[in-house]
Amino acid sequence: MSDTALANPPTIVPFLKFGADGAPYLEGQQCADCGEIYTTERIACSKCFSRKPFKAVKLPTTGELYTFSIVHRSYPGIKVPFVSATVDLDGACSLKGTLVDVTPDPDHVKTGMRVEVVFRELEHRNKDGRTYVSYFFAPKKD
Amino acid sequence: MSEDVYVLGVDMIKFGRFPHRTIDGLGAEAALLALDDAGLGIRDMQALYLGNVGHVTQFVGQKILQQIGQTGIPVVNCTNACASGATAFREAYLAVKSGEFDLVLAVGVEQMGKGLLGNAGGGDDGIPREGLLGSRLMPALFAEVGMEHSRKYGTKPEHFAKVSVKNHHHSTLNPKAMYQIETPLEEVMGAEMIAYPNTKLMCSVNVDGSAAAVIASAKKARELGMGRAVRVRASALTSDRFTQRDLTLPDFNTCTRDAAKIAYEKAGIGPQDINLVELHDCFATAEIVHYENLGLCGEGEAGAFIDSGATYLGGKVPVNVSGGLLSKGHPLGATGIANIYEVATHLRGEAGARQVEGARLGLTHVLGLGQACAVHVLEKV
Repeated sequence: MSDTALANPPTIVPFLKFGADGAPYLEGQQCADCGEIYTTERIACSKCFSRKPFKAVKLPTTGELYTFSIVHRSYPGIKVPFVSATVDLDGACSLKGTLVDVTPDPDHVKTGMRVEVVFRELEHRNKDGRTYVSYFFAPKKD
Repeated sequence: MSEDVYVLGVDMIKFGRFPHRTIDGLGAEAALLALDDAGLGIRDMQALYLGNVGHVTQFVGQKILQQIGQTGIPVVNCTNACASGATAFREAYLAVKSGEFDLVLAVGVEQMGKGLLGNAGGGDDGIPREGLLGSRLMPALFAEVGMEHSRKYGTKPEHFAKVSVKNHHHSTLNPKAMYQIETPLEEVMGAEMIAYPNTKLMCSVNVDGSAAAVIASAKKARELGMGRAVRVRASALTSDRFTQRDLTLPDFNTCTRDAAKIAYEKAGIGPQDINLVELHDCFATAEIVHYENLGLCGEGEAGAFIDSGATYLGGKVPVNVSGGLLSKGHPLGATGIANIYEVATHLRGEAGARQVEGARLGLTHVLGLGQACAVHVLEKV
């Protein structure tokens, strides 16, 4: 096991990374030809079909709530209600996630609202006892 | 140019919950109904195309033949999410259109059980992604598509709810629908919230069911008699081409628009020529966006369109007079062929209390999450 693997906590998605300073960030894969950004590893661009190697880029931490739903019924064990959100990250790609720190009702959640990406520890631990980290969206504080 | 293709026989079982029956038994029942409707037998069929989602690795098509007659014909088992039945129908159509066969059978069948569809998304770590990374469950995905429409055009929860009021009303006229119950607007909007803005009565019903169609070449149809034949004017199938957010929020709109465009062009008609539509109302929000996707009304006009009553039986272009997936029920693999049955029944003038008077051209639309969109245009002969 490498030092990095020891230093950084386990994450819920492979594109959640940690900088040299230990600060979490989201990493996208950018097409060298058309500039489209994806959150998944790939061998070609599904937009322009380019096969040039993709460039890893840090995703922005701010964006706009494009659309959402407030989920009141889910699988057993999943806490409800929660806000399922599709966010357009500023100048990058769109990203699916859960919007937190907001009252989950349509009076408080509005399409077009400004949001930021936040990183939180989960209650889940891996077999080494380390706490998982995931990303969420939260209303942007001015 | 190859010759026209016809539906000679088509039928469906009454949708319901049949946990004690087998998947092949359910499919076999619809197959025999369709064969009887065509006045033909399994010995007349040259190939079988089967649409199914849940049991597709189990050779459902072959098992149906083991129930009704093992003639050794080629069998293709198709899966394409909620478009599986329509995909099987289209493969059958293409096989006849190509000149390879003169008479083939398409069957769609599903046995589902109750509950939410989708995937909790647990990885090797055993942590469900549902709730952590938003929702991948169907009610939420289609709710987000509805909220996108609200964002663009100010569509209200009432507009979406009215779809359920209409389709539940229509189903009271369809003895083969799962439910025949009126649901007033207050009841739809006051039902348990599943994924805002979709309440429980705005979600399609998971049911078991089957439907089947006998498809014939022009030569065979002329030979057997065109009396109740229905012409397939167009068949289109699309997947999701690249669009801005498709990999984040499945884009159900573009693949539907693409399929509709192809179908209208192939048929040489426009949406104004269509007399009735069976479209994929898996959730009430979906029907609203598909009014525009199929060109039934202008961009941003879907809310006003449902308000106007245009899509009610007796309206300008009745939509889902069968009761739709919302009330007839949605057995995934059967739905695409059940839609063909509904439209064909109107074109034949045999729809009884829910008959769309004077129907000459009808359109069917289904959408499988993934994405697969199928549109068919049928014409009275």
